[in-house]
Amino acid sequence: MEGHLIEIRDLKTYYPIRGGVIGRAKNFVRAVDEVSLFLRRGECLGLVGESGCGKTTLGKTILQLEKATAGQILLDLSGKLQDITALRGKRLKRLREKLQIVFQDPSTSLNPRMLVKNIIGEALAIHHLARGRERITHVSGLLKAVGLNEDHLMRYPHEFSGGQRQRIAIARALATNPDFIILDEPTSALDVSVQAQILNLLIDLKNELNLTYLFITHHLLVVEHVSDRIAVMYLGKLVELSKTSDLFRRAFHPYTIALLSAIPIPDPDMQRERIILTGDVPDPIDPPTGCRFHPRCAFAETLCREVEPQLEDVGGGHLVACHRREAVAKKYGIEV
Amino acid sequence: MQPILDIEKLEVNFYTYEGVVQAIDEISFTLEDGDTLGVVGETGCGKSVAVLSILRLILPPGRIESGKILYNTAGSSYDLVQKSEEFMRELRGNDVSMIFQEAGNALNPVLTIGEQVSESFLLHRQGELCESVLKNIDEKMEVSGSAPFIQLARRRYGRKLNKARGNLLRDRRYGCLLRREAVRWSVDLLRSLGIPNPEQVVKRYPHELSGGMQQRVVISMALACNPAVLIADEPTSNLDVTIQAQILRLIEDLKERYHSSILFITHDLGVVSEIADKVIVLYAGTLVEFSKVRELFKKPLHPYTKALLHSVPRLGSRERLESIRGNVPNLIDPPSGCRFHPRCPYVMDICRERKPQLYRGPGGDEHHLVACFLYR
Repeated sequence: MEGHLIEIRDLKTYYPIRGGVIGRAKNFVRAVDEVSLFLRRGECLGLVGESGCGKTTLGKTILQLEKATAGQILLDLSGKLQDITALRGKRLKRLREKLQIVFQDPSTSLNPRMLVKNIIGEALAIHHLARGRERITHVSGLLKAVGLNEDHLMRYPHEFSGGQRQRIAIARALATNPDFIILDEPTSALDVSVQAQILNLLIDLKNELNLTYLFITHHLLVVEHVSDRIAVMYLGKLVELSKTSDLFRRAFHPYTIALLSAIPIPDPDMQRERIILTGDVPDPIDPPTGCRFHPRCAFAETLCREVEPQLEDVGGGHLVACHRREAVAKKYGIEV
Repeated sequence: MQPILDIEKLEVNFYTYEGVVQAIDEISFTLEDGDTLGVVGETGCGKSVAVLSILRLILPPGRIESGKILYNTAGSSYDLVQKSEEFMRELRGNDVSMIFQEAGNALNPVLTIGEQVSESFLLHRQGELCESVLKNIDEKMEVSGSAPFIQLARRRYGRKLNKARGNLLRDRRYGCLLRREAVRWSVDLLRSLGIPNPEQVVKRYPHELSGGMQQRVVISMALACNPAVLIADEPTSNLDVTIQAQILRLIEDLKERYHSSILFITHDLGVVSEIADKVIVLYAGTLVEFSKVRELFKKPLHPYTKALLHSVPRLGSRERLESIRGNVPNLIDPPSGCRFHPRCPYVMDICRERKPQLYRGPGGDEHHLVACFLYR
């Protein structure tokens, strides 16, 4: 499709559980199960879900850090979409220049024994982008772009605060001049005032450098603030995908509605109907039959237990995977 | 009415190799009976240290330098700073108990859930456990008539239980009766907290439970003895939002059921607005604002509170977030005067020189206090 940077088609990532004498796979953890989505160039797609729903695995599979079990990941680099799941060796390395990631906790994602100039410069060295003095100027330029300065070049990660470390991690991701960055919970280890700084920085960088983000988080207020569209995942499946404003105004999937109602909002006057889900997320080794959400869903009926719902468009690119969405819409007064 | 906890000019220092960290600098606040007091602040602002010092759980190199922690109960008042370690052991888990932050770390990985939950019963409720054991024997006696050996056993248990309550646990034969009874109590407690299938859960080890379930177990341990004051140190910060909503609902229900007063520490302003009645805001070891929760969110007074509220993303607004310039100061060498002055947009000369005391808010509102010279 025109303008799509990445298209994911029926992607599956399974982790085998091995057992027995010869270590054959007995069963699989279905971390990502038949997920299809696309990212337009220059947009920010928020990926929301609870821990263990497969959102990080999806991100890692896009970067080829995990091997996809089945499905395709198509990337548009030179005007036409190219399947990157089959790439190996040098061609995969070339690809990594364009795809980068910022991890959750900067205190563990930065090597404590490397200087900042080497942490950021390493990417330039690996991809033969710059050397010697040129590399240093490039690195200090990157530091300035993320709000640090040249004095920080010769320091170690432990000399920085959490927010500054995350800035270094962002600078490292920017070093190879990527098109696409996966932000895997970039602010969840930070305090609110620092979180605000980092979010502002990320928004600025996106606009300046025309980046495309996949913003993985469990924090709905943050994702609402930065992303253009939001995808909601539950137990390895996409359950809803829509424009940000649309999702917060009219969510159709009962899981999304429960998730939205559970956000603590810093305003004591805001009275809302709380929908409290019972129970925990089921085991992805042996997910429930039919709709994976049915054991916790108030609207579940026989159909939900037997047939798996597919994502269907309810208008304006708003995709929902729910058999009972008419009933849900009626209950919560959502206009269809 | 007297507040249940009254903290006066508490000061806690940590003596490290780099210097003396002034973690808490003359904090005063009160916890009214039956209230939920939210304690808000960023990492390193001293919120955990403040509540740990209430339980006197500050370990060396930390030390409570001065101040009073008055615990008022049943007409009498105790200063917890002065009390002996034995007194504190009696108090902890019984009158004042704590829900720790990371449930996974707060639980002992090599003991079953039953063993851990029943521990506080065994420590603080031994007398009642003995009664209950005796009652069970009595009931059994009624069923099996008055066979002489059972009567003998009952007499022997009764004598032993009544005589040596303090050492019963060490007794091989009678100790196990008590333990079994305590586990039975734990099952009831876990059931009352909405844990499904508690008979099985008490036999499990912590790693076999999910994060939300572990947190429930930790809460149940804290509630075992119906404490008058419950201290919750970020009980939901590692949980998913739907589980967090479950836990918050649970804590609210429990507060109504047991009439406990709660000190709720969190960095999440959303959580505070949902659960707390009153809020204190801490910054770099100092108390900057104390107010009712609605007032704080509607009319924040202190510049730091204002900045903090502005830095939270709001629903339906895409405005640029305002962040606080600069960094949290190093508490070994905190800024002179008001500790917020290097980052404050309204800084005046006096802020650099003198420490602000707590002033009343506009209109002399005694329930809204702020430590800022703007309101002098």
